[in-house]
Amino acid sequence: MNDLSPPLPLAGGREPIRNLSRRGFLGAATGALVLGVHLGPDPAAAQERAEGAAAIAPKPGTRVAAFLEMRPDGTVRLLSPFVEGGQGINTGLAQTIGEEFDLDPARFAVECAPPGPDYAVVNGLRMTGGSFSTRSSYAAMRRLGATAREMMLRAAAAKLGVAQDQLTSDDGRVIHAASGRSLGYGELAAAALALPPRDDVPLKDPKTFRWIGKPVARLDMHEKSTGRAVYAIDITVDGMLHAAVLHAPHLGTEPQAVANESDIRAMPGIHSVHRLPGAVAVIADSWWRARKGAEALQVSWTNPAADGVATVSKTFSSAAMLAALKGSTEPGIPAEQEGDVAAAFAGAAKIVEAEYDAPYLAHAQLEPPSAVARFEADGTLDLWLPNQMPELFQQVAAGVAGLQPMQVRIHSPMLGGFFGRHFSYGPANPFPQAILLAKATGRPVRVLWSREEEFGMDAVRPLSFARFRAALGSDGMPVALQTTAVGEGPIGRWFGALFKSPVDSSVVEGLDKKPYAIPNRRLDYVKVPHPVTIAFWRSVGHSMNDFFYESFLDEIAQAGAKDPFALRMTLLKDSPRHRTLLQAVADLSGGWKRGPFEAADGTRRARGVSMASPFGSETATIAEVSLKDGEARVHDLWIAIDPGSVVNPAIVKRQVESAAALGLSSTLLEQVVYEGGQRQARNFDTYPILDRERMPRVHVTIVESGAPMGGIGEPGLPGVPPAVVNAVAALTGRRVRSLPLANTRLSDA
Amino acid sequence: MVDLTVNSRQYAVDAEPDTPLLFVLRDTLGLSGTKYGCGIGQCGACTILLDGQATRSCQIPLESVGTQAVTTIEAIERDSVGARVVATWIGIEVPQCGYCQSGQVMAATGLLKNTPKPTEDDIAAAMTNLCRCGTYNAIAAAVRQAAA
Repeated sequence: MNDLSPPLPLAGGREPIRNLSRRGFLGAATGALVLGVHLGPDPAAAQERAEGAAAIAPKPGTRVAAFLEMRPDGTVRLLSPFVEGGQGINTGLAQTIGEEFDLDPARFAVECAPPGPDYAVVNGLRMTGGSFSTRSSYAAMRRLGATAREMMLRAAAAKLGVAQDQLTSDDGRVIHAASGRSLGYGELAAAALALPPRDDVPLKDPKTFRWIGKPVARLDMHEKSTGRAVYAIDITVDGMLHAAVLHAPHLGTEPQAVANESDIRAMPGIHSVHRLPGAVAVIADSWWRARKGAEALQVSWTNPAADGVATVSKTFSSAAMLAALKGSTEPGIPAEQEGDVAAAFAGAAKIVEAEYDAPYLAHAQLEPPSAVARFEADGTLDLWLPNQMPELFQQVAAGVAGLQPMQVRIHSPMLGGFFGRHFSYGPANPFPQAILLAKATGRPVRVLWSREEEFGMDAVRPLSFARFRAALGSDGMPVALQTTAVGEGPIGRWFGALFKSPVDSSVVEGLDKKPYAIPNRRLDYVKVPHPVTIAFWRSVGHSMNDFFYESFLDEIAQAGAKDPFALRMTLLKDSPRHRTLLQAVADLSGGWKRGPFEAADGTRRARGVSMASPFGSETATIAEVSLKDGEARVHDLWIAIDPGSVVNPAIVKRQVESAAALGLSSTLLEQVVYEGGQRQARNFDTYPILDRERMPRVHVTIVESGAPMGGIGEPGLPGVPPAVVNAVAALTGRRVRSLPLANTRLSDA
Repeated sequence: MVDLTVNSRQYAVDAEPDTPLLFVLRDTLGLSGTKYGCGIGQCGACTILLDGQATRSCQIPLESVGTQAVTTIEAIERDSVGARVVATWIGIEVPQCGYCQSGQVMAATGLLKNTPKPTEDDIAAAMTNLCRCGTYNAIAAAVRQAAA
């Protein structure tokens, strides 16, 4: 997702994202800015407002009434372009808008807005992902706050009969100091929103910020600590039926017959049994009853292909897929070229070669996916579902329901973790099933996938493979690097029609655009498609590629008899920003030392270092590792992150820690294994994830270099796998080139 | 009909005796603060108190509850230890996505009700719920602070 940054020239078309309407995604404004004055509290009205009056395509992020609804008690309801899933975006937006609007962020109640062109603030697109939310909307949201405040001042000036420059504001009130009179924003809202907005309102001097850049308290802590936060799985509507689903054992096969349908229908509470694409659903008056029915189903399925990796065949396995990636002999297409690689290799004093791979990964977010579908009397559809892209889901849902997109109302509750899980992934989303079942029964239906079905159907981080070849000069320094990345990524799979680039950025990101001064470089991309449903997974291509690259860089260091930290410092000679960051992480860890060394508790330990440039931010990471019972134990992670500038340093540090935990989980434990065309792990007992016992101390320092604002949600992850594995190499003398480490029994050197 | 005492209130529940308590709470009684995560006692998102003991409700068939008092996250602030745990959770800003946190708060409350001054080993033994957002360090800090 790293390369969404150029403005997107969106046109009509077919495939997944091309189905999105021009109106929904075009940022260009042709008509006058129209301020709605409707201040109704219900989402349906907001949706209508966004889609009705705004159908003339406002400039995204500018129409105050589409975002802010003043309440009489001085609080404000903010309709957010983004969905909250733990990353803290609701708080960050309240800080950013509140700063310029002059309203305490604590007075904001934030919810994800319905579909509408006002919210396409990510370069003309709307999504919560790619670590884009804050950096893409920061300027627009500040301006929105400033514009809204000026409208309050103007309305107050008219009401009080005074000159506008006599007025100031203070936390939700307009104040006329000379007369001691004041008016609350709530009292002014109707009049203010009827005024034409100005587009030249000056923004605050950052030196005067009260909230931006401060560790403002998160808005959702009480509800999340008391079970009051509402996720999709908690949505209930009157008359709702519950559906449990049994999916085909092989992706792509279809149900033929249910041998015991009458027995199932006779079970307590069962309403009906339905055949779905690739699945059978049992509907009941409670989910547990539906699930008991689904578990008892005796279904015959169509046959998968006998073998091969072109489909999820009877013999498809992750091992066979990896062999296919490794066995590819295609030259590929160049993703990056610099200098004369062939000449550099011809004159090399030493050549280093290695192959790296990383497995399929599940999102394993704690909230199992669900969706509630309800058709209304007028034929329109309400849909409650976890999603990172409301307009896209609206389009896809409309197609499934046989409606126009405007006839589908999308409700986007808080996400119980996402990490890339909740994009539109074809068979990996439950909402099409909910729509079909609601249509079939004439009742509202909630589809909830059991954890077992989720592990079976989740879209996975692609299994990945890269080949490296480096030329070293007589001084031991790398002079050329040839890299080949083989596979398929989620950008190509789901957004290929949109981006049209022959190179799938999600396959090569983390291998390209490195800051190191290696004069001759070539990076090739070889497309080998996966037959399984592939996904964005926190930090996407960086999640494996930075492990590949930064591990191989340590191999280069070893071959050239260099210290890995010193080699990086030397290779960063042209980039003061990266040198500063690398030094910052060394300082945070008490000074670079590789080891092995003996720790205070008597264990033998070593440290590894890595750098990464994910999602517009820069990171440097150091890990300290020991061995216990053949496994790596990670004691400390030190991470320095330079996102340019930050809105909330407390949230940033927690997000970096969170991403690091997921990175460590993938380093140590995680892999989705296929055998015989089926996923082997169906729950957390066989797909272990990082637990409290394996959680290291995480130390984070933020370096605000002032560079353009980068992302936060994902960048903490990619540096962790290579730092840990580089430490393992220092400790054991053994280079592990395949994740997770659980597949390799480690022993001391 | 099965009689049940949840958060000091009596209920007569119409469900099969082997229905996990988790789904009785969520779908029959509408107490959706208790979360379904794995259904096999691995993740702890469904943790409740059963006679004051932290218990994974997905592993408790309705028929085995009997007269034991069920306490869920919805009533946690009515318990003095629970209220302290919640206040600490908010103060330290433990949650990220929040989905596992009902269970984490219940596990912490169960621990501190029975062991007001837990050792690090006590904390490690009691706080085994999974968190995909990786809030483990904040959780441990909050438990220590709530115990202090």
